[in-house]
Amino acid sequence: MSNAAMPKSLLGIEELSASQIQAILERARIFKPVQTQGRKMDRLKGKTVIHLFYENSTRTRLSFELAARRLGADTTSITAQSSSVQKGESLLDTLNTLAAMRPDAIVMRHSASGAPHFLARHLATTIVNAGDGTHEHPTQALLDAFTILEHKPVLNGLTVAIIGDIAHSRVARSNVLLMGKFGARVILCGPPPLLPPELKELSPCVSLCHSLDEAISGADVIMMLRVQLERQNEVYVPSTHEYFQYYGLTLDHMKKAKPDAIVMHPGPINRGREIAAEVADSPRSVILNQVENGIAVRMAVLDLWIGPPTQPDPEKTMQPQMNADERR
Amino acid sequence: MLLIKNGRVVDPSQNLDAPAQVLIRDGRIAKVAERISAADAEVFDAKGLIVAPGFIDLHVHLREPGNEHAETIETGGRAAAAGGFTSICCMPNTTPVNDNAAVTQFIVETSRRVSPVNVFPIGAISSRSAGERLAEIGQMHRAGIVGLSDDGRPVMSSGLMRHAMEYSLAFGLVMIQHAEDLTLTQGGQMHEGVQSTRMGLRGIPGSSEDVMVARDILLAEQTGARYHVAHLSTARSLELVRDAKRRGLAVTCEVTPHHFTLCDEDVRDYDSNYKMKPPLRSRADRDAMIEGLADGTVDAIATDHAPHAGSEKMQEFDLAPFGIIGLESAVGLALERLYHPKHVTLSRLVNLFSCNAARVVELKDRGTLKPGSHADVTLFSTDRAWKLDANQSASRSRNTPFDGREFRGGPEATIVAGRVVWRRA
Repeated sequence: MSNAAMPKSLLGIEELSASQIQAILERARIFKPVQTQGRKMDRLKGKTVIHLFYENSTRTRLSFELAARRLGADTTSITAQSSSVQKGESLLDTLNTLAAMRPDAIVMRHSASGAPHFLARHLATTIVNAGDGTHEHPTQALLDAFTILEHKPVLNGLTVAIIGDIAHSRVARSNVLLMGKFGARVILCGPPPLLPPELKELSPCVSLCHSLDEAISGADVIMMLRVQLERQNEVYVPSTHEYFQYYGLTLDHMKKAKPDAIVMHPGPINRGREIAAEVADSPRSVILNQVENGIAVRMAVLDLWIGPPTQPDPEKTMQPQMNADERR
Repeated sequence: MLLIKNGRVVDPSQNLDAPAQVLIRDGRIAKVAERISAADAEVFDAKGLIVAPGFIDLHVHLREPGNEHAETIETGGRAAAAGGFTSICCMPNTTPVNDNAAVTQFIVETSRRVSPVNVFPIGAISSRSAGERLAEIGQMHRAGIVGLSDDGRPVMSSGLMRHAMEYSLAFGLVMIQHAEDLTLTQGGQMHEGVQSTRMGLRGIPGSSEDVMVARDILLAEQTGARYHVAHLSTARSLELVRDAKRRGLAVTCEVTPHHFTLCDEDVRDYDSNYKMKPPLRSRADRDAMIEGLADGTVDAIATDHAPHAGSEKMQEFDLAPFGIIGLESAVGLALERLYHPKHVTLSRLVNLFSCNAARVVELKDRGTLKPGSHADVTLFSTDRAWKLDANQSASRSRNTPFDGREFRGGPEATIVAGRVVWRRA
């Protein structure tokens, strides 16, 4: 598949077709060995990627940066604290300024839902959404699908339980949309105030339940969400203690799940808040695989969106280079 | 003297819908008849046009004083004239708030000087619209306010609302409520429903309006105050108003053109021109508005004209301010959504824009073409094709989701106190 088949920007899973998603996952499979072996390629040599993060996220930013660098791109990162936000510049002005420096892509995270969509309407530069408010986090859903497919043959027919603060989760939204495109069933579970009934309308593949036991019995994939206290200016649950009693994943619960069920978490995890330490560290947890796969998937995204139209050849990696200091 | 000839006069206040001539003398309507001989009068040829009592917009934000970069009394007045309105009521949420006679006086005097249309200020219910203690309602009344509202900052305290309703009785002022329980809407960006869930935007539930309307109707019943629901937007609130009317209470309401035209499904691409309060509601709510406009539950069409500078609206949806401009698109939308699909008759349409609106704020001798009343006349066409171009707007702001919309029929000329203040070019 050539780059032309992708939309100008990667804004969300919603805008992608199943075949486009498949193309991304296939390319990620090509890049995975490059990532695991710590090699580099020059697919994006001469390309510049700006990472613009208006919301704190060490892991996603780092994952994107490493992905870009593994492919030979020049990268630079801007966080809200260091940018001109503080000087009162509007988001559109900031982006126009950055776009004038002619980067090939701007990877952005923003706390406002739709911020990248708003910008994409006014800018010619490719924008990659690294999470917008409570809307979408497309690369997370892609890396989740990639990780699931390392353990299950196909997505079609799987039952994926997503547990936690669904209402405010962009990870849940993107995953629901992705799973729906591949015929997987999604069970969304959480306390009722964090599980609005409208979620059912997101996709016909969705069902809702308020009991953790019910959600995970029969699930092939159990996806725990972080209890995002920073996004709540209201109290939805009485206490984190009570939350864990009803929605925290423990080894006891795991007995009710399918024996080959895997446990996922987009991170960062709160041990003892939504997931017991023993579960996070158990062999059924693929949480660290998700982190590793994140880089391969983001390499695939960058390569498909701004890379050359040719198929990558993982054997054709860059020769280790001596830097100037060593030569001297 | 001005003689309006060849038009079809529609004046619900006199049950009139017939080809007739209107003679204006000294700023007042002198006569309405099939043939009037007034040889020395200037003639306005209204061939093919509807001649109606001047349209009144009960809900306009003029932004002056304080936010003149978005709108002024002059530009807002011009936009009103271009929209076919001869009178507008301006909301008190200016800077400073119109909560005292000095601000009221400033608005009254400035508008007399610079606005082509009549401007009737609405005074704040509470001081600074802070919802704590009553504003100087009596003094504002003397200075010229025609109603009371803390628009944009609803009176959350039931105790204060009751007190204000009682106090307003002494002056016969209507209480206009922006009905919104803020504890239910905190952080909300659009109507709470499937679309907000899909877009990951925090919802503003319909119940936030309903609980406020219900509370206020109970208080209005207790106090005997006249109560008017501003920009009513939900089917449930409409039901509450319908019931209150049935029980004979002095309860009225207005609906905006955007709430009978658009719904939450139209909110797309995080375009902040679709962001307003109350938000665009569900499709069922929107259809209920049309029903209410048709069956008489809704008293008036008001625009909630809310100008915001381009830079303010060109932001993330979360950060953009609420509101759209509406003066110049109102009549076109009413024709498109209500008249052409035959939901309302022409007489009912005129009623919603003039006679009934005048009644809500008790504007004497307006909203009618009876001899002796103010010579405010709106002339509009029901079939002339035109296109809204926001960049040509007389308003200082451009924030409308209707830019580029093609209309069938709209305002053609606006006459205020016998003077033609606007005519379609």
